[in-house]
Amino acid sequence: MIEIRNLTKRYGPVTVVDDFSLEVPAGEAVALWGPNGAGKTTVVRCILGLVDYEGTIVVDGLDARTRGKAVRSRIGYVAQELAFYDDMAVLDVLDYSAALRGLTMERVDEVVETFRLGDHRTKRVGELSGGLKQRLGLAAALLPDPPVLLLDEPTASLDAHSREETIGLFEDLRAQGRTIVLTTHHMEEMGMLVDRVVAMENGRIVTECPPGELAERLGLRVWLHLIVDPDERSEAQRVLEEAGLGARRNAAGLVVEVPAQEKGRALALLHRAGIELRDLEVWT
Amino acid sequence: MTAATSPVAIPERAEGRTILVVARKELADALASRWFWMWVAAFAGLAATLALVALPGSRVAASASFSRTAASLVALVQVIVPLMGLTLGAQAIASQREHGALRFLLSHPVNRTEAFWGIYLGLAAALVTAVAAGFGAAGLVTAIRTGGTRTGAFLWIAVGAAILVLAMLGIGMLVSTFTRRTSSALGIAVFIWLGLVFLGDLGLMGTAVATRMPVSALFAVTVANPVEAFRLAALASFTRSLDVLGPAGTYAVNVLGDALVPVIVGVLGLWFVLPAAAAWARFRSPRQDL
Repeated sequence: MIEIRNLTKRYGPVTVVDDFSLEVPAGEAVALWGPNGAGKTTVVRCILGLVDYEGTIVVDGLDARTRGKAVRSRIGYVAQELAFYDDMAVLDVLDYSAALRGLTMERVDEVVETFRLGDHRTKRVGELSGGLKQRLGLAAALLPDPPVLLLDEPTASLDAHSREETIGLFEDLRAQGRTIVLTTHHMEEMGMLVDRVVAMENGRIVTECPPGELAERLGLRVWLHLIVDPDERSEAQRVLEEAGLGARRNAAGLVVEVPAQEKGRALALLHRAGIELRDLEVWT
Repeated sequence: MTAATSPVAIPERAEGRTILVVARKELADALASRWFWMWVAAFAGLAATLALVALPGSRVAASASFSRTAASLVALVQVIVPLMGLTLGAQAIASQREHGALRFLLSHPVNRTEAFWGIYLGLAAALVTAVAAGFGAAGLVTAIRTGGTRTGAFLWIAVGAAILVLAMLGIGMLVSTFTRRTSSALGIAVFIWLGLVFLGDLGLMGTAVATRMPVSALFAVTVANPVEAFRLAALASFTRSLDVLGPAGTYAVNVLGDALVPVIVGVLGLWFVLPAAAAWARFRSPRQDL
């Protein structure tokens, strides 16, 4: 469904996407994962024709450079946040998007119902919570019932509750068999949302793999902040260090560095030693 | 909802329907803006006040002093209308790019030509509405005072002001296509306004005296300024009085005679067309990243 060949994008002397190639078959969900500045969003903008580029992008058999309108008619795009139409009412945003696509107002009513926006249709976009804004963005993107969805950091600015709700919506879309390209720097949500992860750094592909294998492939590590009672901290530190995990104490508990795919190991060690864990934070 | 596989065929060429959809949105946004209505109120209020103050009460005397009223209106238009057009135009692209609205718009099956002319048409409609409101207010006062005897000349000035505001919109949008930040675009627009309105008049006169510029050159430089071209076109339509037209204007009347107005209207027409066309050419270039 999407074929990208030798995509390169330069801003002056800086190359932000460097000889990037990717094929996404119909129905596959792919995440472009990487730190800020890796080039993920630029790839999405190239697909949409928002920026000039070298290389070839073909969507559903159509060249994105010469058939931009036709390509975009097949794509639903959700940006990080629908923040630019703060003064418009929810229904007006959807009406505008539908009018641009030549769709009927009946279709607007359908997505309003599907995305449970009925109670918010007269609210200004600026009054909506982050989660509702994303729901609106998704509703607008799905107005034409597109076969391809481009989701650009769709959960980046959301609180935990909104993020969970939005991820739930994306899971439904994935189950419908749409082709999805998602950019994210959150590792934990990819397992729920995509079939394949393309890790990027400095505009290049570092590795491609199923989401569950990414941490091990890249040797990614996280820090666990383990909150334990003060009289058990020394014992907890000893247990973890004996197992080869570097641990240091702080005012609230212990900080342990572990491979990202082995977070449960430290917890299991403490559990087996009979040390009660009061709380837990994961620092990435 | 299931994944669609065969979207409606979309032609790549610009479609009038899409341009109108964008234009309607831009017009609605402008009409919902407090700033826009402040402009309208200021322009209409000042225009009506000028008409009220400049025209005496008697209808006979009022008709005779229409020239003075018209000259005052032209002076008002020269200052306010270019600023309206330039600032609205300068914000048009830069602001939408800065806030992500352009990306949202162009993520739809909309090409850059449709986006540009949609934005232009919407803003043009808003600005012409503002000019019409100002001239409507002044026209009402003038009609009541003069009995409507100089309607033609009045309408001529109003049409000239509308062309001037559209020329300024084009210049503003050209600035907007070159700047990524709204504040920069507005700063450049105000600088251009100062150049056209004040330096183009007083500065040009000072330079002409200091450098003993030939009056033919002075005329050419004057007419090249769209604000001055509007002033000459507007005033020449109802007076040939030397004091109103200034030295360049007097020279133009003497040399061009009846061809003066068509020549100046032609110059205004070029200002109306060329900046907007240049802005469109730059905006539609695929090399222009959004």
